Amino acid sequence: MSTQPPDDYQLPQAVRERIPRYRRVLLNLVIVPFLAAIIPLLILAVVNYQQDSDSYLSENRYELTRLLSSTKRSLQFAIEERRALLSLIARTKSHVELGDESHLKATLRDLRETFGDFVDLGLVTSSGRQSCYVGPYKLQGTNYAQEDWFQEVSLRGVYVSDVFLGHRKFPHFVIAVTRELEDGDFYVLRATIDTELLDRQFFSLDLAENIDAFVVNQQGILQTRSAFYGDVLSNSGLTIPPNLREQEIIRELGQQKNRLLTVGFSYVEGTPFVLVTAMNSLPPFQHWLQKRYDVFFFLIVSVIGILIVVYWRSKRIVTRLREADTERARAYHHIEYTNKMATLGRLAAGVAHEINNPLAIINEKAGLLKDITGSIPDFPKKDKFIGIADSICTSVERCSRVTHRLLGFGRRMDLSKEQIDLESLMNDVLEFQRTEAAHRDITVNLDVAEDVPVIESDRGQLQQVFLNLINNASSAVQDGGRIDIVIRHPNPNEVSIAIKDNGSGIPPEDLAHIFEPFYSTKGEAGTGLGLSITREIVEKLGGIIEVESEVGKGSRFTVNLPIEKVQ
Amino acid sequence: MNNDANTYKVLLVDDEEELVSTLVERLGYRNFAAEYALNATTALDMLRKTAYDVVVVDLKLPGISGNELVQIIRKAYPNIPVILMTGHGNDKFHDSAAPEDVSSLIQKPFDVSQLVTMMKKAIAEHEH
Repeated sequence: MSTQPPDDYQLPQAVRERIPRYRRVLLNLVIVPFLAAIIPLLILAVVNYQQDSDSYLSENRYELTRLLSSTKRSLQFAIEERRALLSLIARTKSHVELGDESHLKATLRDLRETFGDFVDLGLVTSSGRQSCYVGPYKLQGTNYAQEDWFQEVSLRGVYVSDVFLGHRKFPHFVIAVTRELEDGDFYVLRATIDTELLDRQFFSLDLAENIDAFVVNQQGILQTRSAFYGDVLSNSGLTIPPNLREQEIIRELGQQKNRLLTVGFSYVEGTPFVLVTAMNSLPPFQHWLQKRYDVFFFLIVSVIGILIVVYWRSKRIVTRLREADTERARAYHHIEYTNKMATLGRLAAGVAHEINNPLAIINEKAGLLKDITGSIPDFPKKDKFIGIADSICTSVERCSRVTHRLLGFGRRMDLSKEQIDLESLMNDVLEFQRTEAAHRDITVNLDVAEDVPVIESDRGQLQQVFLNLINNASSAVQDGGRIDIVIRHPNPNEVSIAIKDNGSGIPPEDLAHIFEPFYSTKGEAGTGLGLSITREIVEKLGGIIEVESEVGKGSRFTVNLPIEKVQ
Repeated sequence: MNNDANTYKVLLVDDEEELVSTLVERLGYRNFAAEYALNATTALDMLRKTAYDVVVVDLKLPGISGNELVQIIRKAYPNIPVILMTGHGNDKFHDSAAPEDVSSLIQKPFDVSQLVTMMKKAIAEHEH
């Protein structure tokens, strides 16, 4: 019998079963440190982005606000200038002078020389009739009494109109002022201004490609040409915020085609005009990526680096864990294998021994037959008798060769002598049980007295003994049960090892037989040889094994071993 | 020592009566005056009454074991050679007992001529 298991066996079953578990362990080992490392980095990156985004947006707003206020000032000034000039003419020229067409014509010419954008000029009486008109249209005599603008100018004394297309299809708007007469009557001086005046305010700004500035009325109709929104008098589609007395209102209108559109509005006082500035810029995230490319790059490289390092380290840990498990499973397998071989060997030896005695009797009886027939000179058929007896002896010899081979098979389990520390030996044995114990929630308690000496005995055989006893204890207890192992030094020549469980216990009728070969209480699961072999080994090592048990309370197996092995 | 011509007195100790009784008879054919005992106690009684030239003991005996019997004979009758019979192979633990305490070890089943040779050799060695 060989005590070595065959070399070509596969990875132990116990380890193969645990492969999915190793994957879980690896995943856990990777995820936790990985998250712990990258979360602060991500937070830093998000904070950095947030700060960058805030300052970027406020820069945009500032840019638009600045543009709004400067443009509004010049626009307001240009309109105000023309209104003031009209008021001055209305005040300094008499009704009669203004009612005279040639005089009015001269006045328009003068105005044009000052400001080229005056298109026409007309005098409207308080009844709403245009009494005198100079300009490119035929508006002489038109009655404006029902028109809104006329109502408004009569009430407020001044009026600036929306931009509209005239008969010649070019856009213009109207400025009208009133002159109160001493008799309580009034008249209105009305001028049409080319919108070129408005456009001119933007030409000088020299705007960047992504910035637009234009004028809309309160319905969102373009009053000047817009680079973003189209030609004059088309609908911009913008929702104009109500005039909340704020100087400027800035809105982010969201992203289109990866561009962020920011729009600023400002009412031009005394006119229906709303000045709009718009900026087409990179969205904050793209801006951050572009500007803080280093931060983003550092983040990505760090995440990849951390992942690689964490994975590499974890993989090594799991590999080691698996190697250790494999090693343990192999050792366990080895002991089990040795145990099985020992069982077989002892069985063979037992059989051989029992057969040798009757064989010896047969042999001697046949020999006696030969002796008797040989001693009588004229024994009838003497040769035949001796031949028969010889043939019996030859057969016995054949049997005997078989039994001696069987004995040889069982004998190779030679005992060896080693110095053994029982605590470490027991810990080795418990290692094999650890997984099952943990799985079934069995508490295993090892209590070793301090004065227990090192003993001289056979390590492999003792491992078998304790493994058998602990295996039995663990199959006797319920899940969540308890096994106590107590090692003591009761007298100078002996140590005692007690293995106690709180399991089902052994009924008295079984207790008397448990050490007998082939007596099993495990049914199909057991060979019935475990305890008989255990006892045989213990006795071979010069020790004794005893059992106490109570049904329902548990069993205690006590092994007493000599400190030095006896012959 | 009993030196009645070439007849030696032999005591066989084994609990297998069929075996020892047959052996006694066979040894009778070979000039050995053999007697047997089925256990150690009887054997010790007989040893007290009779002077044997050689004792053959089986290892497995009821009560006092063969090994123990050998120890006792060694002490009480140091001049009587002892031969051990065994149904086992020569286990290490028997081997170690053999050289000092017993003259020889013979494995069952054996031919009576082997036993005779062994006994003669043992007696010869003890007489020197």
